[in-house]
Amino acid sequence: MNSVILATASRYLLTLILMFSVFMLLRGHNEPGGGFVGGLVAAAAFALYFIANGLDAARSILRVDPLRAAVLGLLLSFLSTVPSLVSGQPFMTALWIDTGIASIGKVGTPLLFDFGVYFLVLGITLTIIFALAEEECSL
Amino acid sequence: MNRIIILPVLVPFATALIMLLFPRRIAAHRLLGVLSTLLLSVVSAILLNSVLSGGILSLQAGGWAAPFGITMVVDTLSCIMLTMSSLIGLTTAIYSIGSVDEKQEHNFYHPLIQLLLMGINGAFLTGDIFNLYVWFEVMLISSFVLLVLEGKPEQFEGAIKYVTLNLLSSAIFLAAVGILYGMAGTLNMADLAMRLPLLEHRELLSVVAVLFLITFGIKAAVFPLFFWLPASYHTPHIAVSAIFAGLLTKVGVYAIIRFFTTIFTLESTPLIHQILLWVSAFTMATGVLGAVAQYDLRKLLSFHIISQIGYMIFAVAIQSPLAIAGGLLYIVHNIVAKTNLFYLSGIIRLISGSWNLRQIGGLYATYPLFGLLFLVPALALAGIPPLSGFWAKLTVIRAGLEAQEWLAVGVALLVSMLTLYSMIKIWNEAFLKDDPRGEDTGNRGQEYHALSSGKKIALIAPVVILGMLTILSGIWFEPLFVLADRASLELLDASIYSKAVTGGMP
Repeated sequence: MNSVILATASRYLLTLILMFSVFMLLRGHNEPGGGFVGGLVAAAAFALYFIANGLDAARSILRVDPLRAAVLGLLLSFLSTVPSLVSGQPFMTALWIDTGIASIGKVGTPLLFDFGVYFLVLGITLTIIFALAEEECSL
Repeated sequence: MNRIIILPVLVPFATALIMLLFPRRIAAHRLLGVLSTLLLSVVSAILLNSVLSGGILSLQAGGWAAPFGITMVVDTLSCIMLTMSSLIGLTTAIYSIGSVDEKQEHNFYHPLIQLLLMGINGAFLTGDIFNLYVWFEVMLISSFVLLVLEGKPEQFEGAIKYVTLNLLSSAIFLAAVGILYGMAGTLNMADLAMRLPLLEHRELLSVVAVLFLITFGIKAAVFPLFFWLPASYHTPHIAVSAIFAGLLTKVGVYAIIRFFTTIFTLESTPLIHQILLWVSAFTMATGVLGAVAQYDLRKLLSFHIISQIGYMIFAVAIQSPLAIAGGLLYIVHNIVAKTNLFYLSGIIRLISGSWNLRQIGGLYATYPLFGLLFLVPALALAGIPPLSGFWAKLTVIRAGLEAQEWLAVGVALLVSMLTLYSMIKIWNEAFLKDDPRGEDTGNRGQEYHALSSGKKIALIAPVVILGMLTILSGIWFEPLFVLADRASLELLDASIYSKAVTGGMP
């Protein structure tokens, strides 16, 4: 699509939507949101950028292969279960550390798990979108 | 000790992750596949040992107590199944080194096998029905991809039938889970086993049981829901066919055993056990009749899977301790022998260049030792003493006679004869008769001889391992029977299971 307005806007929108997706990710523990929704929103940001600027531009601004991002997400989620295994608690028990900083509060393994879900959803969604886009371009 | 319960799921998951992090290191994938399945075998041996000495183990994920959280339970049955899945995983990992080509390996063959194993192990471990559904999906999604990995048209044709039927089964599964939860207010198997007998409104109990029977019937490929199996199992790569044949349908059988002994007992749903009896007789008969008519090796063996499932279902239908023990022995024997036959047929294909029995011949003259390797699982499947199949079949049929199910026992015996006939047919066609291509066997075995010696060993080693196990479990049958007997007692007395998980309170 060749639209100057969309192409220009998408550059600013990308940053904004990505920030929003992180906001969604972080508020997810007690309120609507979380890794899954955050990942979808982030994927939407890149999808918009791809529609405005083309596949190559979207791939280069993402920097990593989306499948890699998905694997990284799985790895993060996997790592979030390790503390419970090592400390002898039942598998996947949530462990928290109180940072003592008022604006951050308690940080724990569920947050790591959510980060994993975020990257997994982002990676898989973009893998699918890019694969479909490639097919369309080659036709 | 309880911490290691989760390892049969975590080990293949972590392995798949490491493989995916390095998607181009094929040699590392192969090595990791073997190492991970070796580790799995060790873990299942430890679990088996601790269950035998200390009783049922359970783990509440996240520390949420039993009826509310996700429970993982290891009883003797789970241990047996886990051991089998690790064994088949290990042999398949070795066999794949010899048989799977690099293009598929680059398309994530090895990680997918690991994820498949993760789903299978999860299904064997879980003590929660909804969680079982999730593991089924993990297993199915991996199997969908493995089915079409080579991208051949006939694979897609088979996959469409396979995927459609399995999605239907999953939908029915979900519906049944919903109804059951509405009735009983819990999905924890141990909790359900205690609550169902006390339930006030039991009108829907039979309906739910039938829905579960259909779901698991599709997965286990019983009559009349089996037709996706012969339509799809001969299409993927032979290593994939082998692991599917060995493990996937058995997960369905495992679920049937778990549900219709511990949760839906003979007293609560007598109708189901009547249905199971008829289903088993028809499954045995139609499966073997389909096999007798086939000339394609893989199709013949696929129909045999169905026929053999019939024996296992027959055991569940009778429900006596002896029958359940026999059914479990049958599963163990069948997983080993059936997978072995698929491995062997892959090698036959490499030697002779064809799947079609009409175009193969004279293998015994050129490869006599290979002929012997084939005879072990083939005769075991037909139930010739002293191989493992004889004892398993004997136990099931003895239980059938004690329950006075003459008709089904008659069918079982007749089907045994036909099984023997179809195995002799493979023997006659592929090994004994002269090569139909006559003296001019210029390119015979070229594909096989072109392989490096390492690959040849990787092809033959799993066949030898499984063949030895078939012989050994036939000779030292007693410890196996004691194990199966123990598992069947645990299954039929739901209070043991419930006590281990929830502390026995309904």
